[in-house]
Amino acid sequence: MTDPIIKVVGLTKIFNHTVHAVDHISFEVNRGEIFGLLGPNGAGKSTTIGMLNTLLKPTEGTALIDGIDVTKNPSSVRKIIGVVPQEYTADEDLTGWENIMLIADFYGIPRDISRQRASELLEMVGLTEASKRNVETYSGGMRRRLELAMGLINKPRVLFLDEPTLGLDVQTRTAIWEHIRKLKSEYNMTILVTTHYLEEADEFCDRIAIIDKGKIIKADTPENLKRGVGGDIITIQITKDGKDVDLALKGIQGVTEIKNNSDGFITLKVVDGGAVAPEIIRALTQMNLNVTRLTLTRPTMDEVYMTYTGRNLREEQTTSEETFTMRRTMRKARS
Amino acid sequence: MEEEGINSGPLHGLWAVTNRELKKWYKEPFIFIISLVQPIIWIGLFGKAMNLGEIFSAGSLNIPGLDLPKQIIDSLSQEVLKSTFGTTNYFSFLAVGMLSFIVLFSAMSSGMTIVWDRRLGFLNKMLTTPLPRGNVIMGKVLSSVIKALVQAVIVLLIAVLLGLTFSAQFSVFSLAITFFALFLLAMGLSSLFIMLAIKSTRWETQMAIMNLLNLPLLFASNAFYPVKFMPYWLKPVVMVNPLTYANNVARAMLIGVTPTASVAFSVLYLVSFAAIFSFVGIFLSWKYISS
Repeated sequence: MTDPIIKVVGLTKIFNHTVHAVDHISFEVNRGEIFGLLGPNGAGKSTTIGMLNTLLKPTEGTALIDGIDVTKNPSSVRKIIGVVPQEYTADEDLTGWENIMLIADFYGIPRDISRQRASELLEMVGLTEASKRNVETYSGGMRRRLELAMGLINKPRVLFLDEPTLGLDVQTRTAIWEHIRKLKSEYNMTILVTTHYLEEADEFCDRIAIIDKGKIIKADTPENLKRGVGGDIITIQITKDGKDVDLALKGIQGVTEIKNNSDGFITLKVVDGGAVAPEIIRALTQMNLNVTRLTLTRPTMDEVYMTYTGRNLREEQTTSEETFTMRRTMRKARS
Repeated sequence: MEEEGINSGPLHGLWAVTNRELKKWYKEPFIFIISLVQPIIWIGLFGKAMNLGEIFSAGSLNIPGLDLPKQIIDSLSQEVLKSTFGTTNYFSFLAVGMLSFIVLFSAMSSGMTIVWDRRLGFLNKMLTTPLPRGNVIMGKVLSSVIKALVQAVIVLLIAVLLGLTFSAQFSVFSLAITFFALFLLAMGLSSLFIMLAIKSTRWETQMAIMNLLNLPLLFASNAFYPVKFMPYWLKPVVMVNPLTYANNVARAMLIGVTPTASVAFSVLYLVSFAAIFSFVGIFLSWKYISS
């Protein structure tokens, strides 16, 4: 029943003999699926995509795209994939039309076919008017749509999207995802996408792989991932921390897990959140502790992410010194 | 899904890469004009301001105590000039030297484009397409060669307007040989500078390399002065510098200066220079363009 178009076995990339950017990952992507790679900066998402789209040579392992080995036959792989990188790659000094025709020439598509296809694609992403202007006059959303059209000029079987909505406003992000969805339904295209936005991954991906420190921690449908986290989540903030707090909380029926976060919040995993919340307040009040804040949430992708990586994606992006250093190292190694 | 008519030949996309660079150039005539200013200033300042012909003439040269006839001084000066520069017209000598100058400066900037392409992600985008790896470099070399030759034509035209006088033997054939030599020079130099830029991600590094090489390459050649009066330690440098050979050919062909190395040898030297560097450039790009 399943028909994997991407098959990855033990794929590994080590930069400079020391940085294990991707560490023996294996996964499969089915034909016609939108498959999301989720993870913090430096987790290995871009490196994984880089190996699949033949930009980086794997240190170890194999990857097949529609049965073709990316290391043994990269030029055949390049013909059947489309790549929309994280950066805006269109040449600013050329018009949208010139850019897309340039890419068509790189694929060796005959002029009569590429002209027709380019105008169709530009129409689809709503850039027909703007295509006569130089790209330097485009807005971020327009550039992203142009990149999308450029990535589709060869009618790829697999489309790689690296952070397609990064830095765009909410409306534009929704519009981009609508395009991606349309592609999936119209061309039965397989799409491998990385993103920072958990809610986008939740809403638009058929399956998600959570990747951290170069390893795939969990891969499943968004529903299963959320179900797997188990129960509701209660987050509380109390005036001061006591040794016995944990003990008291553990005694409450329905509490399955307690985690003290570094920022002074306590996260509890509970079976029936609505019933347990008053119990928590009562127990802590008895101990003369004041609950200053309590939130009850159904599991979202944020919780899923938190559970599997032990970190909050949003915090990760801005604070981690370590990630920054690693990214810098990898950027140098890659160049 | 495999369609008919897809061109997967080894040269596909080569013209696309070349034309992309040229488009940026002719769509932005300002940059084009700016790049021509420098050699024209050199022609004007060096060629006209340092008016060697006038310095060595009876009008300015007068030896006190000796009452030499004007005629003798004039012919003496002419001989000095002729034996130094191979021609009595220093302006022509210098103007022709400026042809290799413009080729050098034009070729030098070719490395810059690859640094930018890498920085902006365009290079990676190219590398995910079936475009043959060598064509990325060949396209850049080709566009750089075309730019260099077009600029050389314009510099030559301006030099003629300012008073460059061709030799009596000048013909279309000599023009063809000259531009063949300049083509080879452009080819080798572009490959060299692209090769130096292939691993670079910082345009500052590339600028530093350019600044390090441009003037030494120019002055350690016969572009401004003839080789024979240079000090012994400089001569070997000048004699390996490809600019020297391009100047040899151009001067012999256009203004009839008898070169230090024969025209045939000079052309052969440039052929080897261009062949070796473009071959090594393509080979290295194959190896190092991606990791």
